[in-house]
Amino acid sequence: MYEIDPSKTELADEFRDNPDGPYSPELTLVINRMRLMPMAERHVLICIERGRRWMLARIPAARGAPIERFEEQVFSDHAVAVQELFRRRWHTLTGEELA
Amino acid sequence: MKKILGYADSWSLAPGDRVGFKISTYGAERYRADLVRVVCGDNHPEHDILRLDEIDAPFAGEYPGRLQPIDAGSYAVVPHASAFDGLDSFTVLAWVYPTTPANGRQALIAQWQDEPATGFALMLDDAGALALRVGDGRGNVAEVSSGERLAERRWYLVAGSYDVATKTISVSQQPQGGSFDPLRAASASASAGGFVAAQTELLFAALRADLADGRPGSACHFNGKLDRPRLAAGVLGEADINAVAAPEDPCAQYPGLIAAWDFARDTGTDVISDTGPNALHGRTVNLPSRGCKGFNWSGEEQNWRHAPGEYGAMHFHDDDLYDAGWETDFEYVVPDDLESGVYAVRLRADDDESYVTFFVRPPSGKTTAKLAFLVSTATYLAYSNYQWLFHQRYAEVTESFWTTLEKTDVFLQEHPEFGLSTYDTHADGSGVRYASRLRPILNMAPTTPYWSFNADTHILGWLEQQGIDYDVVTDEDLHREGAALLDPYRAVLTGTHPEYYTTPMLDGLRDYLAGAGRLAYLGGNGFIWRCAMSDSYPGALELRRAEDGIRYRDEEPGEYYLEFTGEYGGLWRRLGVPPQAVVGVGTVAVGFDESGYYRRTADSFDPRAEFIFDGIGEDEIIGDFGYLGDGASGSEIDTVDPLLGTPVHALVVASSEGHSANTLIVPDEIGFHHAAMDGVQNPLVRADMTFFETPGGGAVFSVGSIAWGASLPHNGYDNNVSRISANVIARFLEEAPFDMP
Repeated sequence: MYEIDPSKTELADEFRDNPDGPYSPELTLVINRMRLMPMAERHVLICIERGRRWMLARIPAARGAPIERFEEQVFSDHAVAVQELFRRRWHTLTGEELA
Repeated sequence: MKKILGYADSWSLAPGDRVGFKISTYGAERYRADLVRVVCGDNHPEHDILRLDEIDAPFAGEYPGRLQPIDAGSYAVVPHASAFDGLDSFTVLAWVYPTTPANGRQALIAQWQDEPATGFALMLDDAGALALRVGDGRGNVAEVSSGERLAERRWYLVAGSYDVATKTISVSQQPQGGSFDPLRAASASASAGGFVAAQTELLFAALRADLADGRPGSACHFNGKLDRPRLAAGVLGEADINAVAAPEDPCAQYPGLIAAWDFARDTGTDVISDTGPNALHGRTVNLPSRGCKGFNWSGEEQNWRHAPGEYGAMHFHDDDLYDAGWETDFEYVVPDDLESGVYAVRLRADDDESYVTFFVRPPSGKTTAKLAFLVSTATYLAYSNYQWLFHQRYAEVTESFWTTLEKTDVFLQEHPEFGLSTYDTHADGSGVRYASRLRPILNMAPTTPYWSFNADTHILGWLEQQGIDYDVVTDEDLHREGAALLDPYRAVLTGTHPEYYTTPMLDGLRDYLAGAGRLAYLGGNGFIWRCAMSDSYPGALELRRAEDGIRYRDEEPGEYYLEFTGEYGGLWRRLGVPPQAVVGVGTVAVGFDESGYYRRTADSFDPRAEFIFDGIGEDEIIGDFGYLGDGASGSEIDTVDPLLGTPVHALVVASSEGHSANTLIVPDEIGFHHAAMDGVQNPLVRADMTFFETPGGGAVFSVGSIAWGASLPHNGYDNNVSRISANVIARFLEEAPFDMP
């Protein structure tokens, strides 16, 4: 199964420059890998205000448990919010921070 | 984040009807209620098309808030009877099939009272082992456990007994056998101080517990199946246990039987019947699933009606919910002069806002427009409180998106007692078969994402903007009244996604079209699944996703027949009435990132189709814009298929292109998957805009795309998707019949 090579930061650059795709074949693999993470490890967004504000959050392992909210991580630009998801998931999967 | 929610006790109302609204607040001391007419529920600030018209209503005003809890989880109740009072030595037994034995204490059969501790409770203990608890009425509780956890999804015959002579309690569990699993029988005994029967009801699959507001509720729910529970006087040995647990005539096997419940009887209702001498009948609560395979299912029959003796099990879930049972906060009698349309009670508490949506028909026996908008309430129910997006690991790659939760999703994650949709799985992994409107439904409201209900308000907003008069009727009305509901209308308009149809609904629509009816299907993935409604469970929908299609989860093999009707569930395509035979087109592909656009075909220049393209250029690209994937052909798209019944004279007047690599052919279309199933490579990935006449002077127009409606508001509703839709509706509302070619 494909795993992300943390040295290939040019893929993160591609995502930053073109967050909505279409993506190169390898960036597609990276994004699909991120989208297949177990739910309990995923950072996600909460839409606070339609089309205007999104908060970073994380889904818990169990149904009924509270969603972890990152009250200080609220974005007014959806593209920036998605970049943060990409960055967080990259770290979860590779153990390395993107610059 | 959510401070207020509510629901209405009815969805479809006519002038003069009375509806009750049931409201709960979460931390807010007061709330305000108002009535709005829903014209368009799209609240994206850049679209600037949200329109909720305030309407005077006598209930409008401020109210004190209160928490109304929900007693979720299914169970069954047998009222207290004198037959329980004489219990001294006894044995209680059943076949059980636990689906979450590691989930902690789960009651199987209990006639138990806490204060004072009396009665018995046969249950799974904290370790998932069979246990029996008894109370002596003097504050002493004794419990014995088999010490051996039951295996998940395996049948066991379990029994618990109390011997008054020795004051001994015992349990035994016997795996059914017949598999390769190394399962062991286990038993245990212990001393008890005594036993006093409880002066209370007997419950299956739960214990009684008070809700936060003091009403009786339930706790310690069992996840799994129970089959053939029995209660007998005396202590039964292994031979007697096996004899009375057998399928046939248990009372003849052991004369001391007090009760022998047969869950196979009364399938489709909330009744449970006792075949024993005391007639200890009862009721189920919160719709446990019936028509379920019992311990003895042979596989020779797939239909519970043909072999009821092999379908004696009931499947309970701790997250089942039929009726939230809230008290009414205020009522509303629909005034005679209220226009037919979509309405909502707007609830405001602190910084939060919620809507309780309902539908107002024209006055009984009348129409107030030539056009009926058929509201897809069956589909809204199927999707009600949809949580698949944040439960299912593969949701993001399916939808090509990054999970973005609504506030309502956050609330549902944190409040599983509000129940699930038919797209979800129960906490034990089994598919959800029932959805009820007798609870708050957080995603059937204006200002929610553009799917199902709120996507349909793009069409409502367009009708209003165009000045097209319409009446509103619902799927539930069509189910009850059939073609008689639609016959007075010259034309019927669907929403964006009329996916779920009961047999009476589909028969009613087809009968309407067999007359002079005209149908404009401005949606996609329509007329797909057979569902069922039942007079035994008003407000509930049942679905069994048999065999094929985008099922989201497996249906349990052997349980493909609907409990409510006894019908075989699944795709209408597999049941002999493909959507292609009804509206010309049926679903071929789904994809949620980018939508395509339509291009006219040679058929569009046929004189029969001229009216559709009035004002549209010969080479004009149609619908390369919109709020769902930036195109009018997308999300879920349909094509013609003569093999599946598209009428031979149907004109494909436009087809779509420009679909993405993430738009993939649906499972129903695939005999063998391959590497060219996407919108970039496969010519089948397209929507066919289709038109045909019917022998009675009617006609059908289909766009075959969910995204069509989200293109209507583009450019202030001035665009070619709007123009084509208006052309079709205008012609369909004319009296002149359509002639067959």
